Amino acid sequence: MLEVRDLTVGLSGGGAEIVRGVSLEVRAGEIMGVVGESGSGKSTMALALLGYARRGTRVTGGSVLIEDTELLSLTVRGLRAARRELVAYVPQDPGAALNPAIRIGNQLAEIGDRAGAGELLESVGLPGSREFLRRRPGELSGGQQQRVAIAMAVAARPRLIVLDEPTTGLDVSTQRRVLELVRDLCHGSAMAGVYISHDLAVVGNLADRVTVLYAGRIVETGTVGAVIGAPAHPYSRALLGSVPSTRERRELVPIPGRAPQPGEQSAGCRFTPRCAHAIAECGTREPALTLAAPGHAARCLRIGERLGRTETLVLPAKETTEGADAVLTVSGLNAHYGARQVLFDVSFALPRGNCLAVVGESGSGKTTMARCLIGLHDRQDGELSFAGARLPASAGARGREMQRRIQYIFQNSHGALNPRHPVGDSIALALRHFFGLRGKQAADRVRGALERVELPERFAQRYPAELSGGQRQRVAIARALACDPTVLICDEVTSALDVSVQASVVELLRSLCEDGLSLLFVTHDLGVVRSIADSVVVLNRGRIVEHGRTDSILGTPEHDYTRALLADTPELFTAPEPGSVPG
Amino acid sequence: MVANAEPIIESRPVPRVLRWLGMRVLFGVLTLFLVSVLIFLATEALPGDVARIVLGTNATPEKLAAVRVQLGLDQTLVAQYWHWLRGVLTGDLGTSLINHYPVGELLAGRLLNSLVLGVFALVLILPLSLLTGMLAARLRDRFYDKTLLGSSMIANALPDFVIGTVLAALFGTTLFHVLPPVALIPPGDLPWWHPADLVLPIAAMVIMGVAYLSRLVRVAFIDVLQSEYIQQAVLNGLSMRRILFRHALPNALGPITPAASLVAAYSLAGLIVVENVFSYPGIGTALVDAVGNHDLPIVQAIVLFMAAAFYVLNTLADVLANRTRRRR
Amino acid sequence: MSFATAGKYLRPAQVRVGLVLLALMLLFTFLGPLFAPHQPNGIIGTPYAEPGGGLAFGADTVGRDVLSRVLWGGYQLVWMSVLAALLGVVVGAGIGLLAAFRGGILETLLMRLMDVLLAFPGVLLALLFVSMLGPSKPLLVLLVAVGHLPGVARVTRGAVFPVLEREHVSWARAVGLPARTILARELLPNVMSPVLVEFGVRLMWSVGTIASLSYLGYGIQPPTADWGEMISSNRSALGIQSLAVLAPIACVALFTIGGNLVSEGVSRVIARSEGRA
Repeated sequence: MLEVRDLTVGLSGGGAEIVRGVSLEVRAGEIMGVVGESGSGKSTMALALLGYARRGTRVTGGSVLIEDTELLSLTVRGLRAARRELVAYVPQDPGAALNPAIRIGNQLAEIGDRAGAGELLESVGLPGSREFLRRRPGELSGGQQQRVAIAMAVAARPRLIVLDEPTTGLDVSTQRRVLELVRDLCHGSAMAGVYISHDLAVVGNLADRVTVLYAGRIVETGTVGAVIGAPAHPYSRALLGSVPSTRERRELVPIPGRAPQPGEQSAGCRFTPRCAHAIAECGTREPALTLAAPGHAARCLRIGERLGRTETLVLPAKETTEGADAVLTVSGLNAHYGARQVLFDVSFALPRGNCLAVVGESGSGKTTMARCLIGLHDRQDGELSFAGARLPASAGARGREMQRRIQYIFQNSHGALNPRHPVGDSIALALRHFFGLRGKQAADRVRGALERVELPERFAQRYPAELSGGQRQRVAIARALACDPTVLICDEVTSALDVSVQASVVELLRSLCEDGLSLLFVTHDLGVVRSIADSVVVLNRGRIVEHGRTDSILGTPEHDYTRALLADTPELFTAPEPGSVPG
Repeated sequence: MVANAEPIIESRPVPRVLRWLGMRVLFGVLTLFLVSVLIFLATEALPGDVARIVLGTNATPEKLAAVRVQLGLDQTLVAQYWHWLRGVLTGDLGTSLINHYPVGELLAGRLLNSLVLGVFALVLILPLSLLTGMLAARLRDRFYDKTLLGSSMIANALPDFVIGTVLAALFGTTLFHVLPPVALIPPGDLPWWHPADLVLPIAAMVIMGVAYLSRLVRVAFIDVLQSEYIQQAVLNGLSMRRILFRHALPNALGPITPAASLVAAYSLAGLIVVENVFSYPGIGTALVDAVGNHDLPIVQAIVLFMAAAFYVLNTLADVLANRTRRRR
Repeated sequence: MSFATAGKYLRPAQVRVGLVLLALMLLFTFLGPLFAPHQPNGIIGTPYAEPGGGLAFGADTVGRDVLSRVLWGGYQLVWMSVLAALLGVVVGAGIGLLAAFRGGILETLLMRLMDVLLAFPGVLLALLFVSMLGPSKPLLVLLVAVGHLPGVARVTRGAVFPVLEREHVSWARAVGLPARTILARELLPNVMSPVLVEFGVRLMWSVGTIASLSYLGYGIQPPTADWGEMISSNRSALGIQSLAVLAPIACVALFTIGGNLVSEGVSRVIARSEGRA
């Protein structure tokens, strides 16, 4: 069905290659999962499967064969036809990829026939009514938009459908339904699917076979069971070691270092600098894809050897600290956003030295709640107290001591640091503000803070743009630590990070918590919650639906909402029944 | 990445839009009131004897007294202002200090001439800019695009009067002698009776307008062409023509519309200079003459009219830009 | 701003060409008078004398040396423009910054005031005041500067808004940093690029406005040598003595084109780096 040979995509100027010599085969009715972290070239590869290269890039070699048509040698007109009849693309962000000015009925009619538009929408689980067809994309929810995008993709009954992270940004319940739809479409008809994702758990549950991409190169490929059950490449193994689980409290093992940028030259295996098993030859010779078992290949020199799999440690649940005094209490908190109430009578307590997770989907009010605690959301009423004293609603009214002792880490590490100053200055600013420290004294404390987050001293002189997302997040944590806080409020701090980087930030926060810092960890990710939190508050539409110790809430949830949330979250570490979707 | 922002559900609050519009109108009226106060203060509340400035140093006491009475300089400032404002609101703009004709009568013909010039120019600027800008975006970084960028940059950099003077030199005097370098439209004639006289002033305004607007059109189109929904349209195998006109154009019009009304506003300012370059009998030349003659009522009337028109066009641009932003 | 970021702006050829052009024109305007062969106001030839015979560029309407007048005719225009742009941008940016940061009544008040000024485009404000006060140089500088205020304030305010939404500003507010520190450290450096571009645009705009006013007869007054005034008074003789008009036109054009190249190139670099961020 789809046969890709030595596909290579490079920058137009020549030199740097983003995708290097990728070969894939996907049969009709089969779903191939392609897994990679940011910068692995997975999106570039996905577009190349449609014979498309973004501005500034160019497909420089290889072949893409769909049925009997070679896509890369088609004329402009031929390619246009092929993109309707042979291969279709489902984008990551349908909100941006559907034309905001055109009604969805008209958009569908451009590809399929107008008469079938309603039926098509019904086949993806949307109403096919005239009223619905007359809507514009802005009038649909994120899940509906993604269904419309999928309907558009299958409108002309293509042989292959390429899905580029189609569930990123969707809540887990919506994600589950979209995944089911994708599976039904591919397995139900003779359509082949290529599913690109950064999320191993999603791919593990959806795909028949998996390909792991690193620095534009395939490092491993095989059936889901083989790759996830017995990974043959050290990168795949390390990646699996960094994925959290909702079922057990795992220690997450980060991958050291950072992925190479396109154009960074290396004669050997690109993973060598980060590999725990690298030998001298790894740096000089890049091996070919070699069979580890029938239908399971990896690109590693030491493929025949039995390398120790990175052991993941299952941590015991933390000693009960129920008796510990509460450092932060919230009682009867109501908050408004414009005319809308987003929090209803929220009450909980954060025990000293504990990590409390606040879990909720988008729109649950969890971020508003976090902003109430830090004093950036004025439209709130209710009782907040910190270390026994009343906590005013507005940060400005709190006084120096409280401002210092409650610190906040933001989701977006990019905006958390002033891009115009070296990051060391940002930390020094906090020291000057709270402790009046300047010069050498401040520099020493900056160094200490960076050390605590495992960043070398020289990073103090760097600008935020020169750091990776994970490094910026560490600097933000270092700045908070420099203030010597009692409570750290973390708002989705890992959700923008790759899973291997997320692991390092989670482990850092865990160690801070063990040192006595109290953590309030706001997230949508139940796996991370299981790994780090001692107790959990589940928030749904601004109300607490369940509150208790992590093991009991995630082990034996009582509320229907929590149960559904848990069931919808894809889980990697179970033997998946062939082709089953969680839920 | 997870979209973590709390979704702000916008139910269509029609009354809120109306309230916003009402506030806008209210602020508009207030602003125009302040504009009139500023004009009044700039002309009549100055240190020194206004009547003497108007008539010059060797004016007779009788004439000075007459002007003082006519302008109401013997009254308090507030009374003077109310007197003037009441006149403006009732259509009585006073009489010229120079030839003692009613200002309204003097300016009516001039205003028509200016409007004809401005409207003709705009009618040409809008489609021309759209066409050239769109083509440049489509042929981005090719020869045509670079030529347009280069020449429009130069035209933008030049002060208005330089463009006018160069045009007059090329086509009116030195090189070609094909068009009149000076627009002689006798009072009472309608401007389109003298089409040849209109060509150069309109050309000057069109060059300035297109140089400015076509670049904005180009950028708006490039932004849209780089969007994901256009990439998706390409991936869906749609034809280039369909993508340009059906998918890109409606979205590009959003940012272009406010820019177009801004161009209309600036054309108004350009009118003053261009009219003077070609001695075109409009309100721009009238204003410059009146400034030279210290003919206060005429200066006040023209400045008030132009400021009001400029403000309205600017506000229109704001409102349109706001609407575009809201839709996103 | 670090040297690295400053170097980034110099990368496009457009910016470098513009800077060279601008530097040459500045040298020309300020050193020009030293090289003038004659007094700018001395009548030393017959009106409209053609180039040649000691007058390299010929003579103007009343027989003054065109070359000397061109050499003398820029520096008043340039210093007035620089001053007007500087004044307008510094005050305007301050107003925009304060309005965006403080919000509330102060913002409404300041921005409505800007709306009033916005109603007077370019030369209109100057003509209004000059009609009674007469065209003195400090007044012209002030009027042109005031004319810049609304545009600069709006651009700055618009640039501050997205910065206010950024997390480092939220953090600064949450830990109670003083307003002065937030303005100077968190906000100002992050809107510096658009403000600098605005300065370039406003400088060129000042040149255009002051030259236009001179051309209309209400700017720099005769007999002072000035490019705008030269274009105006000699244009009737364009057919006979074209250099008397074309030379000052070339001077104004080279100057504004140089400035435009720089500010446009820099703003493109900014747009591109923001697109990537």
